[in-house]
Amino acid sequence: MTSQPGHTVKSFDDDLRSLRSRIGQMGGYARQQLDDSIAALLSGDVETAHRIAEGDKRLDEMEMEAESFAISIIARRAPMAGDLREVIAALKIGSVIERIGDYAKNCARRVEVLVGGVSREVHPGIAEMARMASSLFDDSMRAFAQRDPALAQQVADGDEAIDDYYESLFQALLSQIAEDPNQTASATHFIFIIKNLERVGDHATNIAEMVHYSATGEHLGERPKGGDATGLTLPL
Amino acid sequence: MAEAPEETVVHDELKFANDSKMTARDVSVYYGAKKAVDRVSIDVDSHFVTAFIGPSGCGKSTFLRCFNRMNDTIDIARVEGDIQLDGENIYDTRMDVVQLRARVGMVFQKPNPFPKSIYENIAYGPRIHGIADSKSDMDRIVETSLTRAGLWNEVKDRLDESGTALSGGQQQRLCIARAIAVDPEVILMDEPCSALDPIATAKVEELIDELRGRYAIVIVTHNMQQAARVSQRTAFFHLGNLVEYGPTEEIFTNPRADRTRDYITGRFG
Repeated sequence: MTSQPGHTVKSFDDDLRSLRSRIGQMGGYARQQLDDSIAALLSGDVETAHRIAEGDKRLDEMEMEAESFAISIIARRAPMAGDLREVIAALKIGSVIERIGDYAKNCARRVEVLVGGVSREVHPGIAEMARMASSLFDDSMRAFAQRDPALAQQVADGDEAIDDYYESLFQALLSQIAEDPNQTASATHFIFIIKNLERVGDHATNIAEMVHYSATGEHLGERPKGGDATGLTLPL
Repeated sequence: MAEAPEETVVHDELKFANDSKMTARDVSVYYGAKKAVDRVSIDVDSHFVTAFIGPSGCGKSTFLRCFNRMNDTIDIARVEGDIQLDGENIYDTRMDVVQLRARVGMVFQKPNPFPKSIYENIAYGPRIHGIADSKSDMDRIVETSLTRAGLWNEVKDRLDESGTALSGGQQQRLCIARAIAVDPEVILMDEPCSALDPIATAKVEELIDELRGRYAIVIVTHNMQQAARVSQRTAFFHLGNLVEYGPTEEIFTNPRADRTRDYITGRFG
C-alpha cells in the first residue's frame, strides 16, 4: 500500500497524533523508571528507589488519560481500518507500558529490602540483562513511533536472547543458594528481579506485535514462548 | 474514464463462492455516451447481506438497478454484459420483466407507498401476480408480510388507513413488506434509511438482519457505519469501477486497496 494522505477532517489527524504522543511519553517515562530502578539497585540508592516506587502513580494516571482519550476518539470519530487498528493498538500498548512500570516499581521496592538487611552483592549478570530488556523495550517504542513493522519483527525475534539470558542467570542464582544458604533471601529477590526483566522483554514483544498488526493488518507469526524456568532445578 | 479498469481486489473468501444467487459479469452501463459503470463483475450470495458503498457518482446505485432491470425505464441508459439470476440471463429477450421484478424486489431511498390503504399496499402485488387464491389467503399474506417487516403490531388495527398517513420509518417498512408480499428471492435496497431518523433507521436495520438468510439482500448506502452494521459482504465502488469486494469485517478493518482504505477512513479529497 502507498502512504496515506491526511484525513479530510484534519482534527482527526490531530487526535491520532496526540494519542501517539501520549503513548510515546508513557513509553519514555516507563523506560526511565526501569533504568533508574536498576541503577538504584546497583548503587544501593534507597532514596532513588523510593522515588521510583512513588513515581509509578504518575504512569498510572498517564495510562488512564490515554485510555479515556482513545475511547473518546472511538466515540467521536468511529475510526475504521488502519485508524481503528491504531487506536486499539494504542489502548493495548498503553496498558502494557503501565505493566512495565509496575515491574520497575517492583524492582525498586526490592532495593529497599536488599539494602536494609540482606546481602546486597548484585550478580553482575543483572545489569546486562536489564540493559537488554530496556533496549528491547526502547526498540519496540521506536517501532511504534515510526509505525515500522520490520523493526517490530526484529524486536519479536530479539526477545529470545533475553529468555536465554534469564534461564542461565536463574540457574546461576539457584547455584548460589545451594552453595551458600545464607544468600537464599537476597538470591530470591534477585530471581524475582530477573523474572521482572524477562517479563519486560515479553511485553516489548507484545508491543511489537501490536505495532505490526496496526501497521499491516497482519499478525506476527506465533513465536515460541521462552523464559520458562519451570524445568530448572537446583543442581543435585 | 480510463481505458481498462484497475483490477478489482476480490478477497479470497469470496473468489470461490458457490452459493451465488445473482452473478454479474463485465457489466457496463452507459447514460448516452457517458459510461457510469465500467465492466463490473460480482457474485451476490444468497445467504448474506451485500453492501455497495462508494462516493456519490461512483455507479453503485446504477449498478444495483441493473439487477432487476430498473435501468430499462431510463431511455438513454444502455447495459452491457451479463447478469444472471439462478443461472438465467435476466437480460434475455424472453425474460418477463414484471416477473423478474417480483423475484428481485426493490426498496427505494424515499418511501413510496401507494396512495391506498395499508392493506391494499401489501395486497396489490400478490393480486396482480395471482399469488392469493382467496380473501383469507390474501389476509394471511398481508399479515405475514407486515409481521416479517416488523410492522404488524403497529398497524393491525388500522389496515384501512392510508399508507401515506404512516410515519416515514413505518412507510419504509411498509414498502419492505410490500416487496416481501410477492415472495421475492432477492431484495435490492437503494439507500433505504437516508430519509429516516436514527430510531426508524435502527428498526429497518434490525429488519434487514431478520430478513437475512430468507432473501438475498443487496443494499446501497452512503452510511459506512450502516454497511458495517448490516452487511456481511461489502463492495466498494469508485468512478464506475468495483475497486474491492470482500467480507465486511475485512473491508472495515483491513482493506487491501488504497482507494478503499482512503475512502473508509475519511481520507478522500
